[in-house]
Amino acid sequence: MSAPQTLYEKIWNAHVVEQRDDGTCLIFIDRHLVHEVTSPQAFEGLRVAGRRVRRPDLTLAVPDHNLPTTARLDANGNNIPIADPESAQQLEALERNAPEFGIAYIDATDVKQGIVHVVGPEQGFSLPGTTIVCGDSHTACHGGLGALAFGIGTSEVEHVLATQTLQLSRSKSMEVRVEGELAPGVSAKDVVLHITGVLGASGGTGHVIEYTGSVIRALSIEGRLTISNMAIEHGARAGLVAPDDVTYAYLKGRPMAPKGADWDTAVAYWRSLATDAGATYDKVVTINAADIAPSVTWGTSPEDVLPITGVVPDPSTFADPSKQAAAKKSLEYMGLTPGTPMTDISVENIFIGSCTNSRIEDLRAAAALLKDRKKADNVKWAIVVPGSGLVKQMAEAEGLDRIFIDAGFEWREPGCSACLGMNPDKVPAGERCASTSNRNFVGRQGPGARTHLVSPAMAAAAAVTGKLTDVRTLMD
Amino acid sequence: MQPISSVKGKAYPLGLKNVDTDIIIPAAWLKTISRSGLGKGAFQSLRSVPGNVFDDPAYTGAPILIAGDNFGCGSSREHAAWAMADLGISAVIAPSFSDIFSGNAFKNGLLAIVLPQEAIDRLMEVAKTDEIHIDLETQTVTTPFQDRFPFEIDPFRKHCLINGVDEIGLTLKSSDAISAYENKLSASQPWLSPNQA
Repeated sequence: MSAPQTLYEKIWNAHVVEQRDDGTCLIFIDRHLVHEVTSPQAFEGLRVAGRRVRRPDLTLAVPDHNLPTTARLDANGNNIPIADPESAQQLEALERNAPEFGIAYIDATDVKQGIVHVVGPEQGFSLPGTTIVCGDSHTACHGGLGALAFGIGTSEVEHVLATQTLQLSRSKSMEVRVEGELAPGVSAKDVVLHITGVLGASGGTGHVIEYTGSVIRALSIEGRLTISNMAIEHGARAGLVAPDDVTYAYLKGRPMAPKGADWDTAVAYWRSLATDAGATYDKVVTINAADIAPSVTWGTSPEDVLPITGVVPDPSTFADPSKQAAAKKSLEYMGLTPGTPMTDISVENIFIGSCTNSRIEDLRAAAALLKDRKKADNVKWAIVVPGSGLVKQMAEAEGLDRIFIDAGFEWREPGCSACLGMNPDKVPAGERCASTSNRNFVGRQGPGARTHLVSPAMAAAAAVTGKLTDVRTLMD
Repeated sequence: MQPISSVKGKAYPLGLKNVDTDIIIPAAWLKTISRSGLGKGAFQSLRSVPGNVFDDPAYTGAPILIAGDNFGCGSSREHAAWAMADLGISAVIAPSFSDIFSGNAFKNGLLAIVLPQEAIDRLMEVAKTDEIHIDLETQTVTTPFQDRFPFEIDPFRKHCLINGVDEIGLTLKSSDAISAYENKLSASQPWLSPNQA
């Protein structure tokens, strides 16, 4: 009998094409998602070397980062040109490269278009037990379905296009076990913010993390995708959640998921992937659900996490001198004074969207809070950017768009938007944003923008009061 | 990739921890479809502050950067490595790197050298006045003051860097093994090659 294995080891071992003496493995890649920002130089590299795409059938291209989230078609159904010439050029490059290399392409006006990490699971392109890569660090997201998914650079994008493999060394394994039951008002986003606060921004470096425990098991796929999405924010190469009945119910019937007899064979295979009893991880971290409150970031690293009931920390109280210096710089950038209660901080902007929190469940959570309420007067800009055209369609069928619009939000077209400010959606310098995205880096949402990361319900609560707010005070 | 076996010269004593990819190259610079010209946007937010190390004449043209823990965290943008190379940087020394950044650096012949914080503290001092020498062959960082810090590097990466290996070309030599794997896979998991819509 073979030694007990973790989920990560099983997926890794199933994808080894070759192993060299130094331990480096040639790993087969089952799924490759391509977007417009990190692919032009890779396609150019192929062209220069006269190389083709080895497996276009395992590759899916969709634009998301640059696309404006305003209307894409005019009243006559014609495409509205993109005003920014560089963005337009990058999108045209993908539009040209995909057919040239035989890759399926989802057009900006297709209802299936959206953020790559929303589209992959939604289409059933992302499947348990597969290896998934994309030139985007939040590819870890797909681990919520039990796929080994990670972000790669453009040279690796070119390598995968040309060979459908990557030369990789095995990562270490970590289990993050979250046990107990989440309190009302605490969502998957709060769980992953809390984990990032506990591990630190580099706590997972060199590791693939498997999230386990009763809290994870009880989450929907949307919630699991949110958690695995931010694995990279605590430095992990990838995040994983073992596939289970929740996963299979989510995937069944999706356009690119297995059908008929294949479905049954696939599910039987996926069931065999769970970590064996007795398998060990290189590191184990246990978190008690009772310790997780609705959470918010105060600084410029995702590790700068506090419960919403907390106060802005005093950098001199940090044990690590390098952290003291970093915190001081962060507070200067954020314009915050130590000791200020987090709930006293006013926000002028609200962003609900991103690959972390733009799925239907996220929009439902925000809308439930906003129903029959309006945004505060000091909130100048509040937008909802659904993760895909299909999410948008579903939300509209449920009337969520009306709730957002009546509350004073703008209801936008799908894309990455104000998460990284590549398209026109930016937070003005010196202003604050309660954002459901994943990074609060300096300048991330626009030069000088100050980001506070929160859950969708917390973003909605901040919109209503105009301040960072404990969502529990607005719940019935 | 150009072969690289050593880097010697001045070093920017940055020292910051969690230098993320938005600090290295902001998103506005990612709209390019080429690899070149990104040096102008490198470390834009840091360079907007007067007295920053990058614009200090003492370090002009330095080929080495010294940073704190978790350098290159955040995005997968290889533009970060391209921007640093365009700025003339050939090596970064830090206590730790994000996994994706260190992979991207490697693909571009940019050395990402891991040394403990004590060594970083010492090199930060030395960098103010003197040159630093990184030797990949012997895996050591040395200074003119008898400092000698050994570092670890993945043997495959070391081989590729020193020999300037075209990694795609190398992998393509394994085409038969990849084909054999694909055949096995299409028999055992036929659903993995969907008839795409």
